Amino acid sequence: MTDLGLWAVPVAILGGAIRVSTPFLFVSLGEVLTERAGRINLGLEGTLVFGAMAGYAVAYESGSAWAGVLAAALAGVIFGLLHGLICSLPKVNDIAIGIALMLLGTGLAFFFGTPYVQPVAPRLPAIDLGFWSGIPQVQAALTVNVLFLVGIALALGMAWMLRATRIGLILRVVGDSTDAARAMGLRPNAIRIAATATGGAFAGVAGAYLSLFYPGAWSQGISSGQGLMAVALVIFARWNPLNCVWAALLFGGAGALGPALQSVGLSDGYYLYYAAPYVLTLGVLIATSSPNRATAGAPGELSITK
Amino acid sequence: MIIGQDALPATGALAVATLGMTMRFGGFTALDDVSISVPAGSFHALLGENGAGKSTLVKCMMGFYHATAGQMTVSGREVQVPDPRAAHALGLGMVYQHFTLVPSLTAAENLVISRRDTPAVIDWRRERVALAAFMDRMPFRVPLDQPVRALAAGEKQKLEILKQLYLGRRFLILDEPTSVLTPDEADEVLGHVRGLCAAGGITVLMITHKFREVTAFADAVSVLRRGRLVGQGRVSDLSHADMAAMMMGEARLPAPAARTGQPGATVLALTGARALDRSGLKEIAIDRLEVRAGEILGIAGISGNGQMELMEMLTGQRPLSAGAMTVRGRPYHATRAEERQMNIRYLPEEPLKNACAPRMSVAENIGFRSFDTRGGGTRFWLAPGALRRQAEALVAGFKVKTASLDAPIAALSGGNVQRAVLARELTGTVDLLVISNPCFGLDFTAVSDIRARIMAARNAGAAVLLMSEDLDEVLELADRVLVMSEGRITYETPAAGADIATIGHHMGGHA
Repeated sequence: MTDLGLWAVPVAILGGAIRVSTPFLFVSLGEVLTERAGRINLGLEGTLVFGAMAGYAVAYESGSAWAGVLAAALAGVIFGLLHGLICSLPKVNDIAIGIALMLLGTGLAFFFGTPYVQPVAPRLPAIDLGFWSGIPQVQAALTVNVLFLVGIALALGMAWMLRATRIGLILRVVGDSTDAARAMGLRPNAIRIAATATGGAFAGVAGAYLSLFYPGAWSQGISSGQGLMAVALVIFARWNPLNCVWAALLFGGAGALGPALQSVGLSDGYYLYYAAPYVLTLGVLIATSSPNRATAGAPGELSITK
Repeated sequence: MIIGQDALPATGALAVATLGMTMRFGGFTALDDVSISVPAGSFHALLGENGAGKSTLVKCMMGFYHATAGQMTVSGREVQVPDPRAAHALGLGMVYQHFTLVPSLTAAENLVISRRDTPAVIDWRRERVALAAFMDRMPFRVPLDQPVRALAAGEKQKLEILKQLYLGRRFLILDEPTSVLTPDEADEVLGHVRGLCAAGGITVLMITHKFREVTAFADAVSVLRRGRLVGQGRVSDLSHADMAAMMMGEARLPAPAARTGQPGATVLALTGARALDRSGLKEIAIDRLEVRAGEILGIAGISGNGQMELMEMLTGQRPLSAGAMTVRGRPYHATRAEERQMNIRYLPEEPLKNACAPRMSVAENIGFRSFDTRGGGTRFWLAPGALRRQAEALVAGFKVKTASLDAPIAALSGGNVQRAVLARELTGTVDLLVISNPCFGLDFTAVSDIRARIMAARNAGAAVLLMSEDLDEVLELADRVLVMSEGRITYETPAAGADIATIGHHMGGHA
């Protein structure tokens, strides 16, 4: 192994950022879609964990990692539909339902997932973008999963959709003013259900990434709150899909700080470095809030900004 | 749907008429045999108090309601309008009192998405060329690339009208289009609308309370009272007094209370008070402001010149960065304890938002000042019976129209919310009353009623600070007038013998 000295830290953080950021990216894109339509789905944490379990189980049973991803997306759609439909009933609070679904999702995943803790499922393929380098650490850092690239394509596609398609504008109308949407003859609830279901699918895929690529096994502690952090990340990204990419990379990098420092032998108080993403979440929310003005860019129909 | 021989004219203003339009809701007749005729290219005003049936009439025309009896004709042909879509297809459009634009979308996006044939993928380059060509044909323009949220009220109202024209509507119903505009903005918007009518592009039916706008812009006027058409005529033949008589019928307006008594000692004083404005970039600076007992100090100014911020400083909603507020020489920080001790009361603008808990009941809202007091001290357990009796008495005394004391206060009309809050604030001893735009968007009777209450409080010895964007209101009520411009007090004059032109110059910041 080539000794990179202290350079190993940024290289490991870069690699970690790419590896760790993918679930953040998918969940936050799903949440952007949901929130742009005017609902908050806190249940994405549960969807993520259930998606991880379902993806792993189906990949193991079928022998195909991609079948697992599809199954996880379908499971996400079901959770999204459930959230969307329940929230369309009168006097239902989307945040309360989100928390209920978060607990339901993790609970169901643990219940059905116990037999799959031991078996080994096929992994998702990765693309080796570090072939040009002779340094193994660089090669390891640039081993990029296909889903990361899919996530970036999704972010670009969503940014374009929100700007230049009818469906994108309709989504923004519904998220910003229910009255205006009704006056246009739109059905806000139907659009919100569709957006929440699609957002759920994204979160399900994020779960499949966790169990099928990195860390690459199903266990109960697989998510450790990444789904919730991704929701905070949406506020940080100002509901903009492209910002979600940068925010996800930043959070991914923070998550990779602990292992990276450990790899160069800095292990004093490394539990503190493992807390970096959570500290970052807290710091970001405090830094971007203000007592005097509403958060810029927030969709007008969100229950927390109304 | 169109019964007749010829097709409707393809372009230009439409003539619209109703014939014996009647609308009953159960046993209640909201509209009784109303026939009005609006010739193509004319500007017709529809006057009436709240509840006179103006909204019912236009909702029948637009297809929101199905009239119990009566017909409607467009360009001389009888038409059926089962729903708003059918009205739109005929070229009829409506601009609502509250904006229907989507705040976070740009003006261009709002226009394009409101079309029925928006393509699945929007080619913004082509849409932009088309929008620019459309704007070139219009007498006024709005910035197309800014989010609607960032537009001033006048620009939003212009955009609402532009949207109707963009959608090809040729008969426009405007529902109190100037209620959220400053007088200057109102004149500009209505002037342009008038120009479009004169050019033969559209016909306009405008619901309004304001005689001044009727006289200045409309050709003809119809007056409704209790669902009946009680008067009609060319504007040039009618005086304000004639129109008021038609609107009010036999009812008498309470005359404004006479001014009595002399100003006493200084109650409220601000010295060197500084605070940041809404944008956080500019500063509100009040070097010296004093209100004395038994006087009304009026602050005139165009909206957005710091009046809102000054009100928030006085109500404790906006922290002072420097300077001090004193009441009777003692420092004042707008806490509830100080308000109670020094008998300070408020009537902020938009009272539903700033002085009420909208979903709580009328009785609870009226009790906000007194629910936790017992004699001079405070109480822990509420006294629901006493609160209710007090609310009952105040609702009757201030003529608040509400279905029940338990109805949420948000269900009341604007004038009645204003009366309910005034009832709460004027109960007990009042030494200082701070008011902002008390008559905004209210009808005739409510306005004179509320002004009379304010004058009565002054005569009883209260110091009154009145901020209003309505200069006529300031001049009618105030003893002394200050002008606020760009966050500063720029001019002071006694109200008696004040020169409106000079005040206007200072309001515009030109002096």
